[in-house]
Amino acid sequence: MLAYTIYLSFAGALVLALWPRGRMRAARVFALAVALGGLAVGLAGFVAAGSQGAVAIADLAWVPAMGIHYTLAADGISRVLVLLTGLAAVAGILFSWNIGDKEGDRANEFFAFFLALIGGVYGVFLSVDLFLLFVFYEIAIVPKYFLIAIWGSTRREYGAMKLALYSFAGSAMVLIGLLAAYATAGSHTMNLHELAQYPFPVSFQMWAFPLVFTGFAILAGMWPFHTWAPTGHVAAPTAASMLLAGVVMKLGAYGCLRVAMTLFPHGLDPWGFSFLGIGSWRTVFALLAVIGIVYGAAVALVQNDFKFVIGYSSVSHMGLVLLGLLTLSQIGIDGAVLQMFSHGVLAGLLFATVGRIVYERTHTRDLGLLSKLQLGKAMPFAAWLFVIAGMASMGLPGFSGFVAEVQVLIGAWHAFPWFAVVAGVGIVVGVAYTWRAMQRAFFSDTPAVDSNGAAIAVPEYEPVTWAEKAGVILLAGTSLLIGLYPRLLLDAIEPAVRALPHALLMGGR
Amino acid sequence: MNSMNYGNLFAITLPETILEIVSLLVLIVDLGWLRKSAQAARMAVACWLGVLGCGGAIAWLMLHPEPVGIAGGALAASSLVAAAQIGILVLSALVLLLSVRVEFSRNPGEFVAIVLLATTGMLLVTAARDLLVIFVALELLSLSLYVLTAFAKSSAQSSEAALKYYLFGGMSAALMLFGFSYLYGLTGTTSLTGIAAALASQSVSPLLVVALVMVAAGLGFKVAAVPFHLWAPDTYQGAPAPVTALIASGSKVASFAVLIAVTGAFLPAAYAGQGASWIVVLVWMAAGSIVLGNLAALAQTSVRRLLAYSAIAHAGYMLLGIAAHTAQSGAAVLYYALTYALTTVGAFGVIALVERETGSDRFDAFAGLSRRNPLLAATMLLYLLSLAGIPPLVGFWAKFNLFASVLRSPSAGVWGLGLVALALGASAVSLYYYLQVLKRIYVAKPAQVEPIAVSSLEMATLVLIAAAVVVLGLLPSVLSGWIPLG
Repeated sequence: MLAYTIYLSFAGALVLALWPRGRMRAARVFALAVALGGLAVGLAGFVAAGSQGAVAIADLAWVPAMGIHYTLAADGISRVLVLLTGLAAVAGILFSWNIGDKEGDRANEFFAFFLALIGGVYGVFLSVDLFLLFVFYEIAIVPKYFLIAIWGSTRREYGAMKLALYSFAGSAMVLIGLLAAYATAGSHTMNLHELAQYPFPVSFQMWAFPLVFTGFAILAGMWPFHTWAPTGHVAAPTAASMLLAGVVMKLGAYGCLRVAMTLFPHGLDPWGFSFLGIGSWRTVFALLAVIGIVYGAAVALVQNDFKFVIGYSSVSHMGLVLLGLLTLSQIGIDGAVLQMFSHGVLAGLLFATVGRIVYERTHTRDLGLLSKLQLGKAMPFAAWLFVIAGMASMGLPGFSGFVAEVQVLIGAWHAFPWFAVVAGVGIVVGVAYTWRAMQRAFFSDTPAVDSNGAAIAVPEYEPVTWAEKAGVILLAGTSLLIGLYPRLLLDAIEPAVRALPHALLMGGR
Repeated sequence: MNSMNYGNLFAITLPETILEIVSLLVLIVDLGWLRKSAQAARMAVACWLGVLGCGGAIAWLMLHPEPVGIAGGALAASSLVAAAQIGILVLSALVLLLSVRVEFSRNPGEFVAIVLLATTGMLLVTAARDLLVIFVALELLSLSLYVLTAFAKSSAQSSEAALKYYLFGGMSAALMLFGFSYLYGLTGTTSLTGIAAALASQSVSPLLVVALVMVAAGLGFKVAAVPFHLWAPDTYQGAPAPVTALIASGSKVASFAVLIAVTGAFLPAAYAGQGASWIVVLVWMAAGSIVLGNLAALAQTSVRRLLAYSAIAHAGYMLLGIAAHTAQSGAAVLYYALTYALTTVGAFGVIALVERETGSDRFDAFAGLSRRNPLLAATMLLYLLSLAGIPPLVGFWAKFNLFASVLRSPSAGVWGLGLVALALGASAVSLYYYLQVLKRIYVAKPAQVEPIAVSSLEMATLVLIAAAVVVLGLLPSVLSGWIPLG
């Protein structure tokens, strides 16, 4: 059933690409309907499967001569991420409801690219055949370029090109690893589980694992390959930033877990020697993840562009996901998957607040300028929204981020105690940058006076629309729900993590 | 060659014969009856006659899929050869369909007749298994292409392109003939199978190395591989668009087909340890083409030159498959060449239409194409993404199949993995320049906003090609009846 998320999205994209000129408001209603359909299917599939293991969805011979099959299946991790994709898609369309108001917005093209991207993301999360997974992975890259280059803002062509080239370089690395694995295993299957059964020589895994892991981790924003993320997020239109942070970065983390770590678990083994205290690829990547956590948070602390704050916070939060994966423990990986979901929802909410609700009204994202606009009074809705989203994002108990972060840190404490301490520091810095941005943007005590010393009246902005409210309720409600009752997702995630290859959960030994 | 069966020879060369007859027919009809007619009508009649001729030849090849045997060892007939020939005929027919409304020539009959002659040359090159036949067929092809390149008689660029093409081509043909003569001297035969047998029992001699390098130069010129690529950018830029499409498509397929056949005679001995120089030559040509083609394309601002350098890069990828030398890699190269050629024909079709409207093929001429003609822009999007190797388009599939076959080849050891990594890295680079064009088409604001008019025939042809690019990418097994996969 879940396969219809893919077909629905691509069919919707095709219809919108051929949409008659002029009827742009109808186009966005149609796009919303398609995204809602996808969310409904994803939700139904999630509920129907409960805490079952992997559910096979489709298995057709595609290119039998090369052992390539159209194989889809969903375990708990996939189902959770499909659900996240549905949420992000619906929220993204709700927060782009102003596209199509003006003549020449090309709204149908915008939503066609949007839905094509969503379709690719659904496909990645559901593919079992690695060839198929790679096809969907690349399908998701191309629309991003056009979404940003055409509808973006600050340095959009630069940001779009940088993002496309980083993504494509990463996927080239992945493809080298996959092709080598395919050829080594006798080139008669591309099925993930069948390939994972093949005993690849440890020497082979030792180079294939870092290659494929890095290839995927580029898209997950791993330091030092993260630089596409802040520029891309800032350049992107709101809906595209929401998708980028919300689901596209998750593709990278998902690939790390599902492909790199599952296929080449012995790539995580110790090298047998240690250099500066680093003795395995696992430690190398965990170190990079921790650096990403602290670095992203520290850089977010000094940004003046509101959107860059959120952009770097994504790098920091995704570092936590990667750290959780590399703990190679049940609780750490549970936390990482939950953090993927939580960050997807919360980053979407933050980008929507900054990019849509604030920027579309004030036309500035400069924190210095925003501090003079008395937004706390002028836009109480936005101010309180940012307080809630920011608190949730910094890990306040009661919201989804807290449960996830605690699990990742517990896992990391067992695996790499020092890294756990440093990551904890990064989370504290997270509180600081969120606080600073919130204070400067909304609750600044800069006197509201003009150059002559006369008091400036609180500016009037257009009221918050129903679409914005609906999107906020959807995302914030989800985060709160998961924060209060995380078992909703953990019941699906835990069995799926337990079913990961045994060698993976051995803790790298 | 002593016991030639003429009936057999006739059966094998019937497609070529059909083309020859049609090309004469085109001349007779055009010069005999239509001289007073309007230019457009003459071109349409000539092109449609040519398309019919190609169709007839395709029908014959499809209806006689069984190999009819080798005519005295000079011509091969196998399902792979037939697939390449059908592909070449389809490509020529598409080029003719896209030429119906071109206006560069006042001699439609001659134009179409020479296109058909060039196609005949391609068919013969594809099937040739004898040094002499290979040489004669290659010259038939090359001479036709030189003439076609110069066909826009009022354009100085066209003449310059033809002269460069001719000088480089003549030189490399001379080198190749020189190499062939040494090969004959060393082995006493002109048949490729005979040469393979003779080389298997010979040790490497300096003469053999000279011969191989000369042959590599001649064939390297035809496929535009570094360092024999210098003609390509100028010729691609100067020739009339349909002619460039022909050079970039059918001629490429034929040249790669003959390269597979020729290397098939040398590589077994080379991999057995005798004359490894041939592998070294191929691998270096491949690596050089991949690196230089992709890097030089980054700097281009003319779409034709960009596609010329990208053609060099693609030739590099295909040379990897040739060097890997297995049955699968040969089939994979052919698959790659055919699908690449198909996509390129489409791309040059779009370029021709943009040039007709704006008079230029520079990036600026493509600005805002998506607003001036959305369907045209969408087809170009598909072609360029396919060339960049983005799934689910056919270009990705062809790359995957090719590189998988290289990695699987027992003879491609470490260099196989290294070069596949290089090729994949380079295709990530290639996305940059393809996106440069697409950025103009989809992002940039157009200088003029009036729609670009496209005749329904041209649009139908381009949409057909785009549909093939998508369908072959989604269902790669469609062609596997002709070209085995895996």
